[in-house]
Amino acid sequence: MRKTLVAAGALLALAAGPGITSAMAQQKSVKIGFVSTFSGPTAVIGNDMRNSFELALDHIGRKMGGLPVEVVYEDDQQKPEVGKQKTEKLIESDKVDFVVGYIWSNVLLASLKPVVDSKTFLVIANAGPSQVAGELCSPYVFSTSWNNDQTPQAIGHYMNQKGVKSVYLLGPNYAAGKDMLAGVASTFKGKVIGQDLTKWPDQLDFSAELTKVKAAKPDAVFVFYPGAAGVQFLNQYAQAGLKGTIPLYTAFTIDELSLPRQKELALGVPGAQEWVNDLPNETNKKYVADYRAKYKSRPSFYGAQSYDAVGLINSAVVAVKGDLSKKDAMRDEMRKANFKSVRGPFKYGNNHVPIQNFYLQDVVKDGDELVLKTVATIVKDSQDEHHKKCPMKW
Amino acid sequence: MLLFVEQFLNGLQFGLLLFLLAAGLTLVFGIMDLVNLAHGSFYMLGAYFAATFTALTGSFIGGVVLALAATLLVGMAVEVIAMRRLYRRDHLDHVLATFGLILFFNELVRLIWGPAGMNLTLPSWLNTSVEILPDVQYSMYRLSIIVVALAVAIALYLIVMRTRVGMLIRAGASNREMISALGINIKLLYTFVFGVGAALAGLAGLMQAAILTAQIGMGENILILAFVVIIIGGIGSIRGAFIAAIFVGLIDTVGRAFLPDLLKLALSPAAAATAAPALSSMLIYLVMAIILVVRPAGLFPAPGSR
Repeated sequence: MRKTLVAAGALLALAAGPGITSAMAQQKSVKIGFVSTFSGPTAVIGNDMRNSFELALDHIGRKMGGLPVEVVYEDDQQKPEVGKQKTEKLIESDKVDFVVGYIWSNVLLASLKPVVDSKTFLVIANAGPSQVAGELCSPYVFSTSWNNDQTPQAIGHYMNQKGVKSVYLLGPNYAAGKDMLAGVASTFKGKVIGQDLTKWPDQLDFSAELTKVKAAKPDAVFVFYPGAAGVQFLNQYAQAGLKGTIPLYTAFTIDELSLPRQKELALGVPGAQEWVNDLPNETNKKYVADYRAKYKSRPSFYGAQSYDAVGLINSAVVAVKGDLSKKDAMRDEMRKANFKSVRGPFKYGNNHVPIQNFYLQDVVKDGDELVLKTVATIVKDSQDEHHKKCPMKW
Repeated sequence: MLLFVEQFLNGLQFGLLLFLLAAGLTLVFGIMDLVNLAHGSFYMLGAYFAATFTALTGSFIGGVVLALAATLLVGMAVEVIAMRRLYRRDHLDHVLATFGLILFFNELVRLIWGPAGMNLTLPSWLNTSVEILPDVQYSMYRLSIIVVALAVAIALYLIVMRTRVGMLIRAGASNREMISALGINIKLLYTFVFGVGAALAGLAGLMQAAILTAQIGMGENILILAFVVIIIGGIGSIRGAFIAAIFVGLIDTVGRAFLPDLLKLALSPAAAATAAPALSSMLIYLVMAIILVVRPAGLFPAPGSR
């Protein structure tokens, strides 16, 4: 009995999980707090975002409107409660002027209130929960990514083009997973014959769900498994004998970070994205070439969105000539999206979410290497549906 | 019906995997009275070793054998270097020290193999599916996990129940002072048991690596389930761990597979889709709570433990 209690206590200690922290502080500069995941299996994403952010700062000489730029990086460990804590620390003790980052929708939703309440500018470099595009929109919150359902909506259109009649949807059970599955269902004209949400982030074995897919015999399967989970999913899809039998369509499952580990399993699996590394504009060419030279690897869309965050912030700081107290003027400047984005020019909707194109990306062989390639434009100037619920007008 | 057979196999496979992990944990806890949170680290090391050695030797079997030997050695080294100092201390110290070991091993793996994780590639003869019943295709690899784990379970049972070493292990679990008074080298026995427990965890990790890939921190989540298994099974009991592991594996898989459809009968589809995954991940803990109410020492408490 005593041992049973001890074991139960050990179980609790494990559930709390290990973690690491970092910090620093200074004055008379543009202070940016960057929250992302720098530990655990998805740390590769956080590193790619940090690398791209640093590269973008190098490209502007690490100064904005004459002021030196200081960045404080914080690790959210992919946990909402940790993300909220780190965000509060950045605002209250580091007194940052901008908060940037956020990979995960659930972490962002937990961290949103302290930022908005303190009227600190927030530039979201990835997460796109529908609530932030709709009723929770704020004059201080901008996105350099998308709303969660836009990308899967593009894939829904593409499945219609391919004549898919029935689909099975799979994704993780958290804010983004629910938005993604709802997104596909909203544009797909065929029948959704089944859907499963799996425990996130710790369920990595999809045997029960794949068995259900096999029994349901759909025309196609749509999945959203970001980060390392995408590698595990493609692995198991092939092992279950489904690859080559039921075509797979994806959102945020295959990217430059997961592809080196997915390898051949990703060949011929289409996905939608607002940015692909081969987009032919000048800013993007410079970004991708310099990134590859500096870090010896390819940047991902997570990085591209972080690179754009620097452009957006810089445009605002330059417009007020470094007087960061002029928040209204900064907000008005940011609404113009007056900077050279790596995805090409775009406009902001009333909710500060980009109105932008979505491309079809495919995995192709380039010599020995597998690379992502833009194949077609699926949707032009897509705007999310939730902007109607956002009361902001300008 | 066919769907049910396949889901049953999925559950069985997951349960047997949990058993491999829980067996070492329950032995170490039962015999040495040591709470070892770092057990999951051996699971992770097994996965990384297998991925590395398979790539080096070019042979899957060769990689697996080397990985098992390596985890056995690391386990024994950890026992000699760190664990020996902990036996006399209380459980809180065990938890603190082994939690530290988790951090140590996670960082060590990050230093050696990098943060991105590794793939363990299967040979083509394992990467196919077989027809187990007319019209039921099942993954050859998952089937082989079931076979290997069952074989290990039987071997473990025979060793513990029928051999002299097993007798010493059981004696150590009931009365440690008595067997050392009888002239048995208890230190050596402990090192051996700890090493074997580590190797079993390594085996679970390397088998899982081909499905889930090797990741830093992969042992922590599954170790929570392994603790649930040893609590349900009764601490120190191999038989209890076996039955509880299969039980937990089946509840987890069957819950995920059938709960959404069951809930749809009572709730709206949208509510069912949100409630089902939450409820199915709670199911195991609910069962654990109920079992603890009925049998506070678990289903099969080892003789001699209180």
